[in-house]
Amino acid sequence: MARAPADENTNPSHAFGRMLWRHRGEPGMLIPLLQAAQDSYGYIPQLAVEQISEVTGIPASEVYGVITFYKQFRVKPVGRHLIRLCKGTACHVQGANMIAQTVADELRVPPDETTDDGVFTFIVVACLGCCSLAPVLMVDDQTYGRMTPQKVRRILRQYRQRAATSPKTTPPKAASAAVPANP
Amino acid sequence: MQEVVVGLGSCGIAAGGQRVHQRFAELLQPDRNDSILKQTGCIGLCYREVLVEVRDQQGRRSLYGEVSPERVDRIVAEHLRQGKVIDEWIVDTGEVFARQQRIVLRNCGVIDPASLDEYRARDGYRALEKVLTQMTPAQVIDLISESGLRGRGGAGFPTGTKWRLAQATKDPHRYVICNGDEGDPGAFMDRSVLEGDPHSVLEGMTIAAYAIGASAGYVYVRAEYPEAVRRLRHAIAQASEHGCLGTNILGKGFHFEVALKEGAGAFVCGEETALIASVEGKRGMPRVRPPFPVESGLWGHPTCINNVETLANVPWIILNGAGAFNACGTAGSKGTKVFALAGKVKRGGLVEVPMGTSINEVINEIGGGTISGRTFKAVQMGGPSGGCIPASLGETPVDYEQLTATGAIMGSGGMVVMDESTCMVDVARFFLSFTQNESCGKCTFCRIGTKRMLEILERISEGKGKEEDLKLLAELGEQIKASSLCGLGQTAPNPVLTTLRYFLPEYQAHIIEKKCPAKVCLPLVEFWIDPEKCNGCGLCIQACEVGAVSGEKKLPHRVDVAVCVKCARCMTVCRQDAIEKR
Repeated sequence: MARAPADENTNPSHAFGRMLWRHRGEPGMLIPLLQAAQDSYGYIPQLAVEQISEVTGIPASEVYGVITFYKQFRVKPVGRHLIRLCKGTACHVQGANMIAQTVADELRVPPDETTDDGVFTFIVVACLGCCSLAPVLMVDDQTYGRMTPQKVRRILRQYRQRAATSPKTTPPKAASAAVPANP
Repeated sequence: MQEVVVGLGSCGIAAGGQRVHQRFAELLQPDRNDSILKQTGCIGLCYREVLVEVRDQQGRRSLYGEVSPERVDRIVAEHLRQGKVIDEWIVDTGEVFARQQRIVLRNCGVIDPASLDEYRARDGYRALEKVLTQMTPAQVIDLISESGLRGRGGAGFPTGTKWRLAQATKDPHRYVICNGDEGDPGAFMDRSVLEGDPHSVLEGMTIAAYAIGASAGYVYVRAEYPEAVRRLRHAIAQASEHGCLGTNILGKGFHFEVALKEGAGAFVCGEETALIASVEGKRGMPRVRPPFPVESGLWGHPTCINNVETLANVPWIILNGAGAFNACGTAGSKGTKVFALAGKVKRGGLVEVPMGTSINEVINEIGGGTISGRTFKAVQMGGPSGGCIPASLGETPVDYEQLTATGAIMGSGGMVVMDESTCMVDVARFFLSFTQNESCGKCTFCRIGTKRMLEILERISEGKGKEEDLKLLAELGEQIKASSLCGLGQTAPNPVLTTLRYFLPEYQAHIIEKKCPAKVCLPLVEFWIDPEKCNGCGLCIQACEVGAVSGEKKLPHRVDVAVCVKCARCMTVCRQDAIEKR
């Protein structure tokens, strides 16, 4: 388990910190708290689990139980760009497997992994709901429809080039608030 | 004053709608006195996104399709400034809309979802006013019962009956939950309604709350729908501010608070009891029913859970009467049904048809048939809980009972069209891998049975299947259906059982002849390079990791099938489209 960024206790401005402070034991707040933690860090760091457990009184083991039940939650940091490949029915019939293969080949990582340089995290999701544009790929918040292997390569190379030329504001493996979360 | 309306549902945004909207905003800056730029939700013609509608002074409406930021310039210059319609970009909606009847989608793609005024201008919140001033809760329930409205989430439970059960409980602390956890891959109806007309769902919920006597409610939305969450949140704030939600609604002394809960990505949470567990902040595991949620649901209180589409129907029924609603439909299924038409269909999108319309009509007349122009092979309805209906049953009407008789279900409304390039064994394997992955693990048959079924299907699609496997699949399928607690397990085998029933020869081809007729299952195909198309560029030689492709530069290459491991990498790099599966 990677350590969370150092500012996570000291920076009260982010949503997760505010929610923790305001928590007054209302029932049913565990999932919203976890969502806020992931929004703030891009994943759910160990420390956040401990803090949530402390304010809600729910044992950390149970918090982990909830985290691992839901697909949305991640306990590992993500790269600078999150690639979500849709594997819904419409995308599947229109050849999503081939697109998945191309992404994995191009990035040299299987789904659910982050590239060594920390630029990309590649995940496969159930359905993005843009079925008429199938097959669909999402990079961060941008959706790309009617994908072909060639188009995928071109898009990924553009992101990689941009990532290489733009200065890195954070160490690649550490998640930051700049990482778009909320898949 | 003329209006320019850009379709900004999720599909529209994905196709680049924001850039189109921005370009209009830039260009229309000097014309702001005679042209207004607006946005709307899903128009339903997803296959032509980005869509832009121009409503000019003469009251003419022109719908432009495939609008790009570049095309905006010409639309502004010719249509908006000179009144000349650009005919070649106009979308002909005649065939698509002719057979549709829009009740649920009455405002989708028409109004700006962020504007309460536009919703009100189209009779918005008038049904609520009527209910609060002229009707008792019992009258509301009677009216909904009389209309014949049934749950649109898929199971088709009569809505009026559900409300009556909730209202009859002794516990005065009751909840209404709107189920927007649209987890079926290939379905996007609820998302479109939540994005395009969020107030209609809130109004329906408030009417339900009045009918059953609830003072609090939740809208549970999939977290994968950020745009729907955003618009709904905005609508809740707006409705509360204008007295349509919250305390003393419309000044009539009725109180109802709504909060939004975002799901966290679990298909099983579409099931009522799992959804309740999720709202309570727990793992979304279903529990034994009875007690049903209407008796003991959220935090042990009576809870009425209705689907998004069901609730969107409610205000319309209140205003137009039960008779207008049950005038269309079949004996057991009244009103309309929204479908998300996708897959190998020419005109994919969102359609709403009267119950009783045949599958053929939906696919061929509204959807324009398949992309290839040949007849469709099958249509998948009901997502992972549903089944594949073959073209031979295309005359089956959209009706709860008749669709169930085919082995599929009405489902929430996903309709994925398949043609001869779709392998039915692969489709069955796809759905089973989905349900296997999403099984919460509580019931043994669902947890382990689906795993075993998936393994068998994987074996078959790799050409290692045995003839006994087919019997085993059917047997396991029946047992999983019989021994699972919730709808997920009870329906998970359906995609396999229906494909076994209607496409048995295809399974046999995989097992006996070791061939995949649709050329989808890679281990059963051979790769071949068309010498006519190959220009000898060598990309495939570089891509092949086992050295199966060879050939001189600028001369046609060839694949050594004895060495080939069938990874299809060569296909993904070929720019000449020269590599074929045989």
